[in-house]
Amino acid sequence: MKKKISVFAALFFVSALAIGCGSSPDNKETLTVLNYGKYFDPEALKLFEEETGIQVEYEEYESPEEMYTKYKAGSIDYDLLCTSDYIIQKLIDEGEVLEMKHENIDEYKNIDANIIDASSAFDPDHKYTIPYFYGTVGILYNTDEVDAAETNTWDVLWNDKYSGKIIMENSVRDCFLVPLKQLGYSLNTTDEKELKEALQKLLDQKPLIYAYFVDETGDEMAAGNASLAVTYSGEAAYAQSLSDNLAYSVPKEGSNLWIDSWFLPKTCKNQENAEKFLNFLCREDIAKMNFDYVYYATPNTAVYDNLDDETKNDKTIFPDSSVLDNCEVYLSLDEEGTNLYNQLWKELKSN
Amino acid sequence: MYNFKRQFLSGPYIIWIVGFIVLPILVICYYGITDASGSFTLENIIAISEPIHMKALLLSLKLALVSTLLCLALSYPLAMILNGLHVKHQSFIVFIFVLPMWMNFMLRILAWQLILSNNGILNTVFQALGLPRVSLLNTPAAVVFGMVYDYLPFMILPIYNSMSRIGNDIVDAARDLGCNKFQVFAKIILPLTVSGVLSGIIMVFVPALTSFVISNLLGGGKVLLIGNVIEQEFMQNTNWNMGSGLSIVLMIFVIASMAFMNSHNKEGEGTAVW
Repeated sequence: MKKKISVFAALFFVSALAIGCGSSPDNKETLTVLNYGKYFDPEALKLFEEETGIQVEYEEYESPEEMYTKYKAGSIDYDLLCTSDYIIQKLIDEGEVLEMKHENIDEYKNIDANIIDASSAFDPDHKYTIPYFYGTVGILYNTDEVDAAETNTWDVLWNDKYSGKIIMENSVRDCFLVPLKQLGYSLNTTDEKELKEALQKLLDQKPLIYAYFVDETGDEMAAGNASLAVTYSGEAAYAQSLSDNLAYSVPKEGSNLWIDSWFLPKTCKNQENAEKFLNFLCREDIAKMNFDYVYYATPNTAVYDNLDDETKNDKTIFPDSSVLDNCEVYLSLDEEGTNLYNQLWKELKSN
Repeated sequence: MYNFKRQFLSGPYIIWIVGFIVLPILVICYYGITDASGSFTLENIIAISEPIHMKALLLSLKLALVSTLLCLALSYPLAMILNGLHVKHQSFIVFIFVLPMWMNFMLRILAWQLILSNNGILNTVFQALGLPRVSLLNTPAAVVFGMVYDYLPFMILPIYNSMSRIGNDIVDAARDLGCNKFQVFAKIILPLTVSGVLSGIIMVFVPALTSFVISNLLGGGKVLLIGNVIEQEFMQNTNWNMGSGLSIVLMIFVIASMAFMNSHNKEGEGTAVW
């Protein structure tokens, strides 16, 4: 009896394989989109499918490096991608990005000219991208334990008063920007001497660190497991929504301004559908849905203008222009620079 | 005819082995001995001698060894106690030990993260009892703890299996011939459970050596094991060649430890892994 079952199971396995391989795609219009996790309102996706009849194959990733690996592996032909500034620049340099016909996207007019201007750091002629959300990197702190004045400088992260209560970014560039800015260097430096100095600072700091986190930071801070954390403004806003005693500050030495943007990769097979999708997400009602869902700074002026004053004045989400002027956008590093950062990162982690 | 039938039945398994075991290993070997442009190099394998990688490898070996010894120290007495129980109770307790394995191990490790964190359940309880707070999470000790917790059933089951197969008559015979309790243990129980112990050691040591998820979740990014280095090479640095080269080195360590265990396993009665 047992034998019969196993034969049956084996046959089932083989036939399942055969069916799985044999199915051919039908002729329905589709669009394959790759985006950060939790970065698009699922309701809005449904709306798009209803309005256009285009079926969206929606995929998510966690870190830009992971996205790069996934895209480069080439097993899926993506039509539309959203990722961070420096990775886009890298892909543009590698010739992986198609020029975008902005004139076909009517609702592009909603996008803030200042942010488009700031994206010229990675897309100099505005040929390739549409900004989606932007924000800064700063210090999220517990107001019961940390004095707001202290968080005006990155130095607070070296204060041994907070030993075992500091969270740093678990991502190489976001982690190194802290000592680089503190030392007065550019966060795009590839100078070995400057980076070694930054590494030394991070090594000095390591005994004080509770953990290196990325996506856990908000929850950990809300749970009160640490007093200070280096994190993205969006993550900070999320944590503040969970707990009342948290505040966010961008230190005076300056920080990183990041702009996540949409672009068409070379693998795009259906540019027209992709443009429809881009137009859709720039539309005020949809951009508002996504703003409410993601809660990062939106470059969509139509959405911003109609927000209530409290949200508009939320400095965590919408930083002052004086803060933004003090921030740098990441540029992509050449191979040598990337290897140097990775080497120093491993050195930090292994010590 | 009979032979042909048997071969036919093994078809799915051959597809499985070729597709999911042999091919991936070949791909890893190919990446491991080539550079980004595809030409032959041994650099990725020699890279293990870099101080950072050596450090990560040694730490992995150390934590894996400590975890294995702890598992062994916990499991052996437990298996003995279990074996002494009434048969009805035995199966129930084994069931209890296997029960957590029904749940995804990531979830269980995440639960430990909540329990051990600064403001976590453990510290809340400590505080309520007036005990000092402890910071356990994000240390190598927490990683060892996670490994022991996760891999304990893999140690208990083979030892218990080998122990339960020792017939009572053998023990009785030894007693009849004048062995005391200690002699029975040293001359009968221990030698007859060696194969179970060895396969338990392999089942714990190998995953502990190659693990990177546990050190990620319970080490707070501060504990860099060789598995984390490899993960980073693949996911962050997009350097598949280096990642594969280091994986080959790790595989050599795994095979060496298994071969070492195997050479000491003269009984080899089916509780062994291979």
